[in-house]
Amino acid sequence: MSDNSLVIKPPKGYLKIDFKELWSYRELLFFLVWRDIKVRYKQTVVGAGWAIIQPVFQMIVFTIFFGNIAKVDSDGLPYPIFSYSGLLLWTYFSSALSGSSNSLVGSSNLISKVYFPRLIIPLSSSLAPVVDYIIALSILFLMMVYYGIYPDFKIIFLPLVLIMTFFVTTGISFWLSSMNVKFRDVKFVLPFFIQLLMFLTPVIYSVDFIPDKFVWILYLNPLAALIDIHRAVLLGYDEINYLFLSISILINVIIFITGLRYFRKTESFFADII
Amino acid sequence: MPAIKVENLGKSYQIGELDQFYDLRDAITDAFKFPFRLFSKNGKSGEVNQENTIWALKDINFEVKHGEIVGVIGRNGAGKSTLLKILSRITAPTTGTVTLNGRVGSLLEVGTGFHPELTGRENIFLNGSILGMSKKEIERKFDEIVDFAEIEKFLDTPVKRYSSGMYVRLAFAVAAHLEPEILLVDEVLAVGDIAFQKKCLGKMDDVSKEGRTILFVSHNMASITRICNSAVWLNNGEFKLFDDTQTVINEYLNSIQVYGAEIDNQKLGLIKNTDEFELKILRLYDSEMNITSEIDVTSNFFIEVIYNIKKQITPPRINIRLMSNEGSVIFQTNDLEDSKNEKLKLKPGEYKSICTIPGGLLNEGNFGIALSADIPFVKVLFYSDTLITFSAHRLETNTLKRSEKWTGYIKPNLNWEVLNIN
Repeated sequence: MSDNSLVIKPPKGYLKIDFKELWSYRELLFFLVWRDIKVRYKQTVVGAGWAIIQPVFQMIVFTIFFGNIAKVDSDGLPYPIFSYSGLLLWTYFSSALSGSSNSLVGSSNLISKVYFPRLIIPLSSSLAPVVDYIIALSILFLMMVYYGIYPDFKIIFLPLVLIMTFFVTTGISFWLSSMNVKFRDVKFVLPFFIQLLMFLTPVIYSVDFIPDKFVWILYLNPLAALIDIHRAVLLGYDEINYLFLSISILINVIIFITGLRYFRKTESFFADII
Repeated sequence: MPAIKVENLGKSYQIGELDQFYDLRDAITDAFKFPFRLFSKNGKSGEVNQENTIWALKDINFEVKHGEIVGVIGRNGAGKSTLLKILSRITAPTTGTVTLNGRVGSLLEVGTGFHPELTGRENIFLNGSILGMSKKEIERKFDEIVDFAEIEKFLDTPVKRYSSGMYVRLAFAVAAHLEPEILLVDEVLAVGDIAFQKKCLGKMDDVSKEGRTILFVSHNMASITRICNSAVWLNNGEFKLFDDTQTVINEYLNSIQVYGAEIDNQKLGLIKNTDEFELKILRLYDSEMNITSEIDVTSNFFIEVIYNIKKQITPPRINIRLMSNEGSVIFQTNDLEDSKNEKLKLKPGEYKSICTIPGGLLNEGNFGIALSADIPFVKVLFYSDTLITFSAHRLETNTLKRSEKWTGYIKPNLNWEVLNIN
């Protein structure tokens, strides 16, 4: 008989996150991510090609309208590579966010039948699209060779940028996925929200494009700095704006911690109302 | 130290507007209500409104020792599933404490998390992991699971192409190989074909021999009797009894036979009488002509139906179905099987039909009697499910130290011949 005993009590007040428990469920996290990746392109003709087609087509459309017709400022970079490098990270963010925000509702059968830390569900849904990102990244490398643009030492920060993007995505999805359990409105608001956010983020235009007096709005958007830095890191062309970065990190942390708290606070009732 | 200790456990649900999920809307309504709250006495928002509270479980206390197999019984809505959900941490209790000493595994459903697009092999890993097995553990038991499920050939086929039988077998095979110290099981045996159900029951028996603590919710008294040493009986969310299995099941069955060994039309507002036919009494007699709900399987007993034919109609037929505990019909019989009876009830009036069930037919167990009346090939006058229940015992063996149990609903006295044919 092992000595692991467990006490179940009514939830009260602020619930701490049991990191030890979370760690002990890492294999489940792995299997759920693995499932999402395996299933994602089942019974499609193009398969993983969709990971490339989506951002590439967006890039083509934006290049025609914004690059050629509207002549949007692209920091002196060729517009296709400028927009693609933004779309690359943005595609990860949007598919991870919409996936994980709907993840709890989509896993209602698991939630009502098995116990495990519920945090694993949105976490796994935000991890699975990383594979798409990596596939789509290969196209960016091809484009960089074509345009003769090479990264500098800053590329070593790429994993850090990705981890931060992962954190902000999960932070928002902690909020949205747990709200979605009760309010299915989230499902309808989300596509609209993501689309709106994209235009408030320098994905397809440069930060320089924004009049100085409105730049602070951009600073409040935690994604803005990440997209900007992601581009600078990959294409090795710009300096990192550390002020921009630190505000972004701060907001990230706030979203993440409040999201986590809201999630934990509502978690014990998921099974009752899902 | 008990394996499971449940103290003052309660779970309430809010119906209506208030609930425990404090959310944005609550925050907004709170803000609006604030000015009014100043003027009302009990105006604290989020406060539990007693009128809108439903207690799915209330004041539950019991302890399960290590190695005990405990059944949980009760009618639908008694709180059995809620109890299991709290113990398996799927939902949180409102009051009280549960202490579990040992690694807990719960099976509220088989095949939870199966993905139709994944192959059998992949689903074994996914489902095993969801149920709390480690990858190593699954790898170690993999061949055993595949063997148990009998699906070797289809291991690399997506489970959406499986027959429902294969699907259930695979799902159960994974579940059956879960090895927690405390296992919580909900009615999962109600799936699959009979041969497979037997195999599963066999597996459960093996499991119980390994000294594991099991809490088993079921409607099937036969499997509870077979597997469990003791049972908890819940009624309307409240704790009723915790004792050895047979005692609890008997008490429980006595309570659900709402109408006792006898019912009459007054106790039974449910029965719709027509202007042609009225059911008055249905009752059970033992061989000494006592009205009873306990009979001895070795001697005859009688089922009596008293009814009123109010109009001149074609003689109605009284049909009795002897029901098993699980609600299946064991046999059916009617009073017009002997056609001479037909002539006896041509005129309106009160009649009595008595059926003799011979001794040496039924096995020991709990049975029910369901009743219907019809005019053959014309219309049904009355139809019901089990109206009265009774338990059958083998009185003569009570003197023996250990009476032998037989499976099956009936155990007729049949003739065997043994010959030496050398």
